[in-house]
Formats: sequence, structure tokens, C-alpha cells
Amino acid sequence: MGTRAFFDKDLCGGILIIAIGATAAWAGVNYRIGTIRHMGPGFFPVAVGLAMVFVGTLMAASSLRTSIIGRTGDSKLTKASLPDFRGTACLVSGLILFVVCGKILGLLPATFAIVFVSALGDRSNSIKNATILAIAGCVVAVVVFWWGLDIQLPLFNGWSSTL
Amino acid sequence: MSMATSHNLLYGFEIAFQGTNLLCSFAGVLLGNLIGVLPGVGALSAISMLLPLTYAMHPVSAVMMLAGIFYGAQYGGAIGAILLNLPLHPPHAVTCLDGYPMAKAGRGGAALGITMIASFFAASVGIVVMIFASPLLTAFALKFSSAEMFSIMLLGLLTGATMSRGSPLKGIAMTLFGVLCGIVGADLSTGTFRFTFGIPELIQGVELVPVAMGLFGVAEFLNNINKLTVDSKGARVNVSEMLPNRTEVKQAFWPMVRGTLVGTFFGAMPGTGPAITTFVAYALERKVSKTPEKFGTGMIAGIAAPEASTHAKVQIDFIPTLSLGVPGDAVMALILGALIVQGIAPGPGLINSHPDIFWGLIASFWIGNVILIILNVPFIGIWLKLLRIPFRFLFPLAMFFIAVGVFMTQNSFFGIWELLAFGSLGAIFSSLGFSVAPVLLGLVLGPMLEDNFRRALLIANGDMSVFVRRPISCVFIMICGALLLGVTVSTLKKWQRSKRQAGRNRMQAQSAD
Repeated sequence: MGTRAFFDKDLCGGILIIAIGATAAWAGVNYRIGTIRHMGPGFFPVAVGLAMVFVGTLMAASSLRTSIIGRTGDSKLTKASLPDFRGTACLVSGLILFVVCGKILGLLPATFAIVFVSALGDRSNSIKNATILAIAGCVVAVVVFWWGLDIQLPLFNGWSSTL
Repeated sequence: MSMATSHNLLYGFEIAFQGTNLLCSFAGVLLGNLIGVLPGVGALSAISMLLPLTYAMHPVSAVMMLAGIFYGAQYGGAIGAILLNLPLHPPHAVTCLDGYPMAKAGRGGAALGITMIASFFAASVGIVVMIFASPLLTAFALKFSSAEMFSIMLLGLLTGATMSRGSPLKGIAMTLFGVLCGIVGADLSTGTFRFTFGIPELIQGVELVPVAMGLFGVAEFLNNINKLTVDSKGARVNVSEMLPNRTEVKQAFWPMVRGTLVGTFFGAMPGTGPAITTFVAYALERKVSKTPEKFGTGMIAGIAAPEASTHAKVQIDFIPTLSLGVPGDAVMALILGALIVQGIAPGPGLINSHPDIFWGLIASFWIGNVILIILNVPFIGIWLKLLRIPFRFLFPLAMFFIAVGVFMTQNSFFGIWELLAFGSLGAIFSSLGFSVAPVLLGLVLGPMLEDNFRRALLIANGDMSVFVRRPISCVFIMICGALLLGVTVSTLKKWQRSKRQAGRNRMQAQSAD
């Protein structure tokens, strides 16, 4: 085995779907359901939400049933089936940095940030690699997006729009 | 061919040969091929990544470019499957089985050549079917009221959900989730804000591009990072090898025809993905072959049939998308979404009100396929070099393209948050074994589904039987029912089998004690 099994995929998935569906149905009730002749805005959300609860229940039930029978490790949520932690952290913070740098500093810093930080998410990328990639990204940003496609974002906030 | 059809077709070629349109078609095929070749990037991510580029274009050019990106990317996926055994693009997973052994035996070039011939042949058949079937279907569909529209959309969603990869239950759950996301925003008839969480940007609804890029771009990268290892050894191809020899062409001919028929058949059923089509085509080849045991060792039939089937299928897929406004799969949903963004209402009226889009697109399919062949002969060396680019260099730049693309669709940073949300959700869903493609189908079809549902019941004075009283609608509903029944029966059978298996295992364990 090697990897530790956490939970059953179908059970977790079913519970997740039930949770989303129940929330939607509950919120839909507050939007006025109306009658079948004159449906209010809440009718459809409630219907979809309830359908999700139903499907989620079936999924969870089937997982309980099959777990009694006993199944292979494939149906278990293991560490191997989850996204890598470092990669996730870097990709997510790369996107957040893109927004923050883009708003405050401009296109080029934002480009550099997202490429550099995302690249560091891969364990085999060195700082040097990441820097080269980020510079390549900046070149593309200037040539394709700023010069070619006229992106509505200054290269650097403040001075570059008249370059 | 009737006069009107040939006249329309000529008109289509006239449009497709216009400078800008031709350029867009060419650029689309080139970019699609370029991106489709890259490991870890499929046709869906290629289209969603390049979708923002088309926003500023004329609708005709935009659709032509998107279609070009699509089949360019599709062909690009076959290159990786054959030469590197990369089953990263689901429709080509089957092609790996015989394509890679051929590549190892030094006939990779011929395999690619056969792929090209098969896809051109299949696409041509698909285009001809499209030319004749679409106007017929449109004439038929123009009689549809909202009840029929609702039923056929329901059928499209249901087939999309149950025929996609993985368990049907999970597919339905993902479709419903997509429909739920489609509800977000101001209600069409009352203006009530639904699920907007007090965020003003959400009043317009969830944007298509961030969702598509989140689910198929960011989520893919999240799942692949530090996990994807690509062995790029043994991939060497010369241009001169791309021409398959005579026996190979002979061996490939009938599989190609059969694959095309399979693709045409599956294309006529909305909602069936291209992956299942290729599996059926491959299985059929094994069944009719005199030497079924040789499959998996480099049989040319095992390449020609699935590749032909998927290309015929995607071509036929355009029929319901353009003539009914019901997309067959996630890719078609994206193209339909692009049309909606352009301000063009999809539905039975499209061919009559926008003949330039429909006939121009048909002509551009042919032109695009020719471009694809011309392009791939000299460029195969470059594609091979691209294939060797490690994933770790690709995804940081791809992340940047995605982020900039999302920003450019609305000139606002809000889309990045949507991107982040759907990327994380997509990664969670796929690690739980869900296939996320139906979400997109639900998102695009959901609002239309609700609109037609409410309108049908308003007209029928709240009488639910309207959906089964009208004959055409009744047929669609009955197919939906049959589909659900079939899925239930097959699932129960599978359970029964696994139960028996488990019982046997337990007995063995006991007897071992």
C-alpha cells in the first residue's frame, strides 16, 4: 500500500454534493418558490438543490453498501489522489499575487510574480529556472498582450501608458 | 446535391475565403495544434485559454478561429498519444494502445500520417452529413415550443452526465452543480438576485471563461504538479516517414470507414463524449478483426478507427449545437458560450438569421482540415521539440496566460477570484473521482433549461403533463427515462457481480484458514 487511506471517495463526494444541494435548496426557499403556474425565482434552485441532495444520498449510500462488500484501494481517498501541497500553495498564491500586484504595481510585476511563484511550485524547478521563465513571461506580456492586444492594464502603474 | 445547398455552400466558401476569416481559421488551427501538442494541455484548456482572443473579433471570424483551435488541438493530442504514449487527452487514450507500439517500431510517422488521412476522411463525411442534416433538423426544430426545448435540453444534459467518464451518478451530480452555477445572478423574469452573496459582479452571472479555465486549466495543473512525469524518449520522426506505405493504407481503409460510421452514430446522440466514441470504435475493430490478439502491438486499424470516429463525432456534434442550440459536449458548450458572448442567440433560428456563421463555418471546416494537413508535414519536427518541453516549464507560463486571459474578458480582476474558486473546486472534485466536464454543460444549458421550463408551464397553465402530452417532447422524455433505467440496471448488475466476487473471496479466505 504505502499511502495511508483516508476516506471513501464516494462517501466524501456524496456528502459534499448533499451539502451543496441542501444549501442551495435552503437559500432557494427564501427567494419565493411561487406556484407551479407562476413560478417564483426560488422554484428552480429548490428543485436543483433537492435533486443534488437525492443524488448525493444515492452516492453515499452506494459507498456504504460497497464498503460492506469490500472494495479495492482505488475507491479510497489517499494522499496520492490529493493535489500536492507545495504545488497547490504556490499556484494559489501565484494567482492572488497576480491580482494584488496587478492592481497596485501594474502588468509586468504581476506577470513576474505569477510565473515566478507558480514555477517554484514544482520541486524540480530552481530559483534560476523560475527567474528565466518569469522574464520570458514578461517579454510575452509586453509583446503579445500590451503591444499586440492592447491590454487595459499599464506595464507599471503611473508612467508606462505613454511609452 | 440540390441547387439551394450548393448555392449556400458556395456562399460559405466565399465567406471563409475572405482575408480575415481565412487568417483566423489558419491562426486557430496553428495555435490549437501548438497548444494541443503541449503535454498536460487538452483541447478544452486550449479553447478556454484562447477564447478571450476572439472577443474583439467579428462573430464569424471568432467561431471559425475557435473551431480551428478545436481540431488543431485535437490533432495535436494524437501526436503526444502516438509518439510518447501520453494518454493525457481522453479521446486519444485508445490511440496510445497501438500508436505507441508503432512509434517504437519506427513507424510513428506512418501512424501520424494515417491519423491525418483518417481524420480528414471522417471530417469530410461529417461535414457532408452536417450540410444535409442541419437544415432538416432546423426545419423540424422551428416547430418546437418551450416544452420540446426543455425536453431536448434535459436529454442533452442527461446523456452528457451519464455517458461521460466515471460513474453516472457522479456525472449527474456534476451536471446539477453546473446548472446550479448557471442560476447565479439576476433572475430573468423577476430580477431577483440569486446566490450573488452581495457581490455586485455576480449579478451578471458566473462568467464562462473563468469557470472553463478554472476547471480545465488550473484544476489540471493542481492535480498534475509534482506528479506528471513524461518520458520523452524514443520520439523521432522524419517528414519522409509520414507517408504510410500501400499496405498500411489498405489495412487502414475499412477501419477508417467503420470508425467514421461509429462517430456519426454517436455524434447524432447529444451528450456522448468523444472518449466513449473512440472506445466503441476500437472495440468494434477488435471484434471484426481476424487477429484480435494482435491489437495493442501496433495494429494500424487500432489507430485509424478511433481517430476517424472522434473526428466524425466532433463534426456531427456541431449539428445539434448550431441547429438546436443544444451543445453535445463541454467543447461545444464553450463554442456556444462564445456565440452567446458575441450577442448571437443560439437555437433553431440561427441558420436562417445568421447564414454567414453556419455556412461559413462549414466551409472553414474543410479549409481548416486542409490547413491542418499542410501545416503538419513541415511542422512535425517543431511539434516534437514542443513535446519535449518539460511540464515544469510549461505550467507557470500557462498560469500567466490563463490569468491574463481571464482579466481581459472583462477588464477586471474579479474573474481571477472566480478562476481560483473553480480551480480549487475542480481539483477537489477530480480527486474525489468526479469528471468535471459536465459542469460546463450544465452551466451553459442551465439558464436555457430554466427559462423554457418556466415558459412551458406558464403557457400550459401549470399543467406538468404538457411535457408528455406533446408527442415530440414525449419521445425525448421517454428516452430520458430509458437512459436512467438503463444506467440503474447496469449499476445494480455491477453491484451484484462485485458482491458475488466478494463472497467468493471470503470463501477462499475461509478455506485458506
